[in-house]
Formats: sequence, C-alpha cells, structure tokens
Amino acid sequence: MNEVCFKNLDKDQCWSLETYEASGGYSTWRKILKGEYTPDQIINELKASGLRGRGGAGFPTGLKWSFMPRNAQGQKYIVCNSDEGEPGTCKDRDILRFNPHAVIEGMAIGSFVMNATVGYNYIRGEFIEPFNRFEGALKEAYSAGLLGKNINDTDVSFDLHAHLGAGAYICGEETALLESIEGKKGQPRFKPPFPANVGLFGRPTTINNTESFASVPDIMINGGQWFADLGVENSGGTKLFSVSGHVNNPANFEVSMGMPFSELLELAGGMRNGAKLKAVIPGGSSTPVLTAEAAMGMTMDYDGIDKAGSMLGAGSVIVMDDSTCMVEALTRLAHFYYDESCGQCTPCREGTGWLYRVLKRIMDGKGKADDIELLLGVQEKIMGNTICALGDAAAMPVESFLRNFREEFEYYIEHKKSMVKG
Amino acid sequence: MISDNAKKQIDHWIEKYPQGKQSSAVMEALKIVQAENDNQLTHDSIQAVADYLNMPGIAAAEVATFYENYNHKPVGKHIIRFCHNISCMLNGADDLIAHLETKLGVKTGEVTKDGLISVKKVECLGACVGAPMFQINDKYYENLTADKIDDIVDGLQ
Repeated sequence: MNEVCFKNLDKDQCWSLETYEASGGYSTWRKILKGEYTPDQIINELKASGLRGRGGAGFPTGLKWSFMPRNAQGQKYIVCNSDEGEPGTCKDRDILRFNPHAVIEGMAIGSFVMNATVGYNYIRGEFIEPFNRFEGALKEAYSAGLLGKNINDTDVSFDLHAHLGAGAYICGEETALLESIEGKKGQPRFKPPFPANVGLFGRPTTINNTESFASVPDIMINGGQWFADLGVENSGGTKLFSVSGHVNNPANFEVSMGMPFSELLELAGGMRNGAKLKAVIPGGSSTPVLTAEAAMGMTMDYDGIDKAGSMLGAGSVIVMDDSTCMVEALTRLAHFYYDESCGQCTPCREGTGWLYRVLKRIMDGKGKADDIELLLGVQEKIMGNTICALGDAAAMPVESFLRNFREEFEYYIEHKKSMVKG
Repeated sequence: MISDNAKKQIDHWIEKYPQGKQSSAVMEALKIVQAENDNQLTHDSIQAVADYLNMPGIAAAEVATFYENYNHKPVGKHIIRFCHNISCMLNGADDLIAHLETKLGVKTGEVTKDGLISVKKVECLGACVGAPMFQINDKYYENLTADKIDDIVDGLQ
C-alpha cells in the first residue's frame, strides 16, 4: 500500500521539497536538465508502465503523450486536470495537499516530452487548501531553480501556473476546462479537432489528471516494468481508491490494481455496524451501480470492474448498506447532473431535469405506473447524443439502478413510500 | 469601482497568461471584486471587471452567472456550503442540514437576520471520505456531527 503518489504520506511535512527530494524526487527532472533522457525514452517507459488516465477515461498516458506534435512551430501547453468534483471522488485533493511536488515534476517531465514550455494546473475553486499547498510547492520549485526559462542555462524551459475554477463540475471535461482557462463559460468543445492539435488558446495541448502526472516520477525512477508489475494485465500500477459511504474507516487507499473488492472493503474497516452490503458504485457517481454479489466477486482493475458490469472511473468507491433507499440515492445523483449540466446540448439540458423531476415525483408519492419506462426512455435518449460525456454520466446511473433494484422503484410508485425506510 | 488593492491582486493573475489573454483572469478578478463588495457581484462591478480586462461586459457576465461561486443576491458575512450529495447523504447530511436550519432559524438559500451567516446546499465538494462535510468561506469541515456543527457555528463572528 502507498507505494507511488502516497509513498511519503507518513512523513512529517510530506508536501515539502525536502521530503520529496529525500525520496528521489526531481531526480528524473535533473537528469533531463543534464540531457540524459530523450522524449522517446520517457514515452517508452510510460508505455511499458501500463499507466492509464486516472481521471476516469483510462486512456494510456504514454500513447497520449506521443500524440502531441512536439515539433510543431509555436507555443504548446500542458495542463493538469485537478477539477475534482464527481460525487465519491476526493483523491486529487489529497495528492495536491500531501504530494504537490510529484504533480509538478510529472508535469515538468511531460513538458519536456511534448515540448510544451508552459503549463497550467486547473484546481477546482473550492480547493483553497490544496491550491495553497500547490502554490507553496511551486514557490519552492522556482526558488530551487527547478522551473523557469532556460533552467540552469540549459535550453529547457518550463513555467507552471495554478488556475482556480469557480464551481462547475463540467470543467472536469477537458475541453470545458480549456474554455474555462480562457476565461469563458465551461462548455465542452466539439471534437475533432482534439486538444493535441487545437487546445488552449488554439495551440497544441495535452491534459492529464493529477494522479496520472503524480505517478510519472516514480515510474521513471523505478522503470515502467516495475509499475506494470505492481498491477495486473491491462491495469498497470497502483490506484488511489476513495472509499466512502457506509464503511467504518472511509479514506483514500493507494493499492495495487487487481485487489479484490472484498480486501479493499476490509482495508476501509468493513461495513459500519456490521450491516449488510447492498450496493457499490465502484468508480464515481457516473459509473453503473453494482449489487453486493457482483461487487464481492470483483477485482479492482479496469477489466475486473468491467467484467462485473461497471467501470473503474476515477476509483471512487461508494459503499451502501441495506438501510439505503435506492430510489433516494438515485434521485440525489440525478439532482447532481441536473444541477451540473452546462445547458449546451438539448438531450442533456432537458433530459437531466426530466430524470430528476420524475424521480422526485416518485419520492413525493406521485409516481405513475409508467414512470420506470419513462425514466429508461429518457436516459436512452441522452446516452450518446451529447457533445461530452456528462450526458452519458447522467444516464448510466439511471439505467443501472433500475436494472439492479427495479423492485424498489416499483414498490415506491405503488405504495407511495420507500420499501426500505417505510 | 475596482480598488487599487484589488487591481494589484488581479494583475498577479493576469501575469500567468500569455500577453493579450488577460481575460483568462476573469474568474479570479470577479472573485476578488466580489470579496471587496460584501461577497456580492452587481451589474456595475461585473462591467468594471470587464473594462479592466478589456473584454465585453457580456462575456464577463456569462462567466459570473455560469459558475456557482458568484453571488448575485445579498449573502452573509460567512457562507456555509453544505454538501448534500451521495456520500454525505449516506452519512446523514440531510438530518444535519435540518439541524443547522433549525439552529439558525433559516432555510438553505437564506441569510440570518443579522446578516452574519448564509446557508447553501451544494453538490459534491470533493471530500467524500470526510462525509458529512461543509465549507465555510475557504475552509472545509469534515466528519460533522450536530455537536460539532454547534461548536463551529457558535464560533462565527
């Protein structure tokens, strides 16, 4: 446990430059400054590591970095997505608070690989403490001569800045995030063109999640194969899992990919008050909910969770015991997407409100016999019909809650009260 | 309209972006101006920010109304933003929100009569392993209980 992003977690002032350097921090960056690495060597290590995007999409990081036209004329950018805000997800907050230098070094390494001499870390507006930690670490890195223009009189330059959001989940979508850095509403862009060709300020840009960047320095120190071996096939390395809900010890755990869910649950202290497990959302609120049975047979890696019928997402594990009313839980999730839809695409703007209002009327005891079919019909019409993935994210919980716990919805409509809470 | 102190803070943000891209600083500029004006933005203050950043007023107004963290109505000196989404809900947030409403004699979305405290119900604040939680101004408070809420709120001045 805690071998990569969290490896210094038990040390005093684990966020300081001194602690970071004492455990090998900035050794790769210093080698780059001495000319000891080529971009291709780094990309090959990343490819060997099996590191996949930790923000939820799971796209191979090495491949993503290789897509950047590094020799294109003009400015290129590297951007970190720390706009964490999907219900259940709270790992990047801890990386920024406890290991900000790993994010900085990961971005610096990326900047060299992709020849992107300016970077931004987009931190959600409410994360003032993590923002201050990151700013403190930036100051340390600049003072130590690790960042800036022509660092140590080399031809390597990297300037890094933090950008703060102002309260909008949609800015976690990478093109909405770019719009936001440009000082606009956070509304996703049509793709193509992809950010690697037309990104921030119209220039080639690569965006990665905080945890992805923070994993890069240790991959470079220990080698891609080391990281790959920490995990399982197709899911290299470790992953931060935020375990919340009805467990005794909710926390972020950095564990090897492929760990059985039952072991992760034990790490989180097991079920609170010895209650019975009812359901698990394994990857954040947008990933399909699983029954206890499906969850208990699942391993925590991309393929394992896929096989169980859901997705690893950002590793945000929401645990529900048998006191949970699934109608209430879904209504709350539906409210989230209704609130956070940016309003750009009609299926999502109208559909998320529709889903929420129908669920709300079921909870108010005014549900109609055909409401379940109505909900299924609306989510189906959102799915795949929007510019960004928020529409799918709103639809998937609805489909999976109704598939796995349909009788609770039927009961609520018929009896005008919760099957669980009465 | 924008104080010298605010301009200094905004200039710090402008420096982060390429020349001519000063409108990237609009989100922070609006927050800085809001903080100096009783935590609230007005049509005039939004226009002043737009003028300072040399961008159309409507572009700044779009930002000011799209994002959650700007206030367009009077709010309290302290803003309590209570998370009510799933992890907090599973850990009793609804009861605690009701407790806070009773204690302060306001509903979510309202301000106490003395203008000291606003309470808002918000979506996920990204601290789910510390649920239930709320944010007061810039600070997170986690693993809340009714007693803990009483202590924290009683300490607000």
